[in-house]
Amino acid sequence: MEQLQITSATPDSALLDLPWRTPLADWPDDVLAALPRGISRHVVRFVRLDGRVLAIKEISESVAFREYELLRQLRKLEIPAVRPIGVVTGRRDDAGEPLEAALVTEHLAFSLPYRAVFSQALRPDTAARLIDALAVLLVRVHLVGFYWGDVSLSNTLFRRDAHQFAAYLVDAETGDLHRELSRGQREYDLDLARTNIIGELMDLAAGELLDEDVDELAIGDALVSRYTELWEALTGVESFGADERWRVAARIDRLNDLGFDVGELSITTDIDGTTVRIQPQVVDAGHHSRRLFRLTGLDVQDNQARRLLNDLDSYVAATDRQEDDSQMVAHDWSQNVFQPTIRAVPRDLRRKLEPAQLFHEILDHRWFISERAGRDVPMPEATASYVENVLRHRPDEKAILGLRPGEQDPELEEGPLEPTGAPEDDHFHLST
Amino acid sequence: MATVTFDHATRVYPGTERPAVDQLNLHIEDGEFLVLVGPSGCGKSTSLRMLAGLEDVNGGSILIGDRDVTDVQPKDRDIAMVFQNYALYPHMSVADNMGFALKIAGKPKAEIRERVEEAAKILDLTEYLDRKPKALSGGQRQRVAMGRAIVRQPQVFLMDEPLSNLDAKLRVQTRTQIASLQRRLGVTTVYVTHDQTEALTMGDRIAVLSGGLLQQVGTPREMYDTPQNVFVAGFIGSPAMNIGTFEIKDGAAVLGAATVPLERSVIEQLTDADGGKITVGFRPEALDVVGQGSQGAFDVKVNLVEELGSDAFVYGDLQSSNADLSSGSSDQVIVRIDPRDVPMKGDTIHVAIKPGQAHLFSAATGNRLS
Repeated sequence: MEQLQITSATPDSALLDLPWRTPLADWPDDVLAALPRGISRHVVRFVRLDGRVLAIKEISESVAFREYELLRQLRKLEIPAVRPIGVVTGRRDDAGEPLEAALVTEHLAFSLPYRAVFSQALRPDTAARLIDALAVLLVRVHLVGFYWGDVSLSNTLFRRDAHQFAAYLVDAETGDLHRELSRGQREYDLDLARTNIIGELMDLAAGELLDEDVDELAIGDALVSRYTELWEALTGVESFGADERWRVAARIDRLNDLGFDVGELSITTDIDGTTVRIQPQVVDAGHHSRRLFRLTGLDVQDNQARRLLNDLDSYVAATDRQEDDSQMVAHDWSQNVFQPTIRAVPRDLRRKLEPAQLFHEILDHRWFISERAGRDVPMPEATASYVENVLRHRPDEKAILGLRPGEQDPELEEGPLEPTGAPEDDHFHLST
Repeated sequence: MATVTFDHATRVYPGTERPAVDQLNLHIEDGEFLVLVGPSGCGKSTSLRMLAGLEDVNGGSILIGDRDVTDVQPKDRDIAMVFQNYALYPHMSVADNMGFALKIAGKPKAEIRERVEEAAKILDLTEYLDRKPKALSGGQRQRVAMGRAIVRQPQVFLMDEPLSNLDAKLRVQTRTQIASLQRRLGVTTVYVTHDQTEALTMGDRIAVLSGGLLQQVGTPREMYDTPQNVFVAGFIGSPAMNIGTFEIKDGAAVLGAATVPLERSVIEQLTDADGGKITVGFRPEALDVVGQGSQGAFDVKVNLVEELGSDAFVYGDLQSSNADLSSGSSDQVIVRIDPRDVPMKGDTIHVAIKPGQAHLFSAATGNRLS
């Protein structure tokens, strides 16, 4: 008889303790983690294991292996995506009947499903920021040749990234990696994304989970225009007179500002040398996070990195160390500013937000109370005020777990095609 | 409704020499259900994606009706990819789940309702239109997903392995549903699968591809009865056809102790390249169990008997022959036998090819001779 087999690059024997002989839909509450789920074609459940939260999806074996491999490749290509843990095959129930294979991925800590983000009174620009984040993700996957095939909010997770959001791919089942995408593939993906997003928002509206003022069509259209703008900025050909060479540097600056590094830029001139054409050939997202990582070893998201770098810059100016080795100064900033600030937050409250996000919010808070007080509030004071007045009242975002293990999850009443339905699932608020 | 024409359509992936699809010529009739089938990497999905506009066409052209769509973007081709996405929205009624794409397209409410009702009637979902997807069974949810594509009233439906992520039972059920639904709707449909059983049971016609080349196109019966080459012969049919290459002696192919006489018309088609050999194929059901020493009988040593109730199959070795004989992926001879008279493992049975049921192919080219 075929035996249970776990295929994984990072084997974890604790996986064996999960009730693989039971269909996923019937797993007992005491192993499940109550996270809000997106809309899925398959049975998906979250479990807690060794301090991590894993997402488990039941699908056929070939599809599971395919998606596992694709997710691994996407990670190698540095696309923000969930981390694949493994594939479980050879499952049988107690009667010996075969059960579907399961794909195991690691749930992203501090991530927010779209239903959690949209299903509340949105500040007007929050929707726009989510759509921006998704547009950036879609452009990034397209740049590496990944055709998603089913772009939707349900297949994306969002993480706070300073004032913005960063989007992560969570479902690669319908995707394909190509050497390069055709225009048709990109446009089809984008068109599908628009349709899916509008559909998902209409669904929230039908469930009275969306503010009545939200215009679903406009949000879907915004994705298309943001994507198109960004794609053009990253890949478009620009031509100018030979005496305007500064435009090469300007283009690179603009791309850096969008958060991309230029790995390769093609520059061609016409025969008499009067016109120059430039086109970025290789662009890599994560300009700021790479720079911060190089300087401090801190691995954070791009807009968080931008915020930290700005603070680092003001530290350099305030300590008058522009002439010093930048890595040395960055090290001192980390030791004297960043780390003490995070350490000043009580340990039990730190899990509410990622450290870089905490730091970003404390900077914001400092600006706010400094203005109100009419003086420059020092960091320790700002941190204490932030902890008391803001953080204590924030929900825990390490994993959006409103329930203790074993506690009844209201959404488990529903079938596999049913996502979280009850408004009480949306128990956290956004303060962006 | 429309015809679909691939006219010398070719796709070469950047950085590769051999085309993924090489000069595909295929005309699909209005309302026809055409299945593209072949092993992985044969070019079937690429062909479908070329029709969908997802793959660039590097040579030739593709027509939907009389319109050349070679350079038309996917959303302007008036096609629908079915099953790419069938997540249902829990808060929306079944009707809204089916019609929301029309709403996005700005169609008037009355027209949306009319098209949804029409589709629901065909899909047997009328009484569920105002309910939520939660109230539906798995099969009904699948039909709602199909309804999404139907209400758009496209010229062509495209389906790329739509059943691959269903379990075996739902797969057979959905297979039948799609086939009968397509006949009721009469919309031209191109369907991709690697599964020849799916192809045989669903398609009006089947196109078999291998290595980017179209091998043969025809009705399921034609593909089964007169495969045009060794590849199609081996690919279509389950269990697979027995195929081997044998010496020709005195105008007959020598199979172990037996000979298969060859007609003059066949002998005349042989060339030097065939090297005095011929490839002979015979399906498991084209063999009769006969007495020892009967005319044309050869011996098969039984390795395994597979009993299926209505049928039984012997998997065995051809005796007293060193010919290279295989059936599908196995190197054994498969014989269909009377399920009520089953030999034991290790027995030797005597079988003969039924008259007129041998398929003959050139040993050199693999093309059909008879």
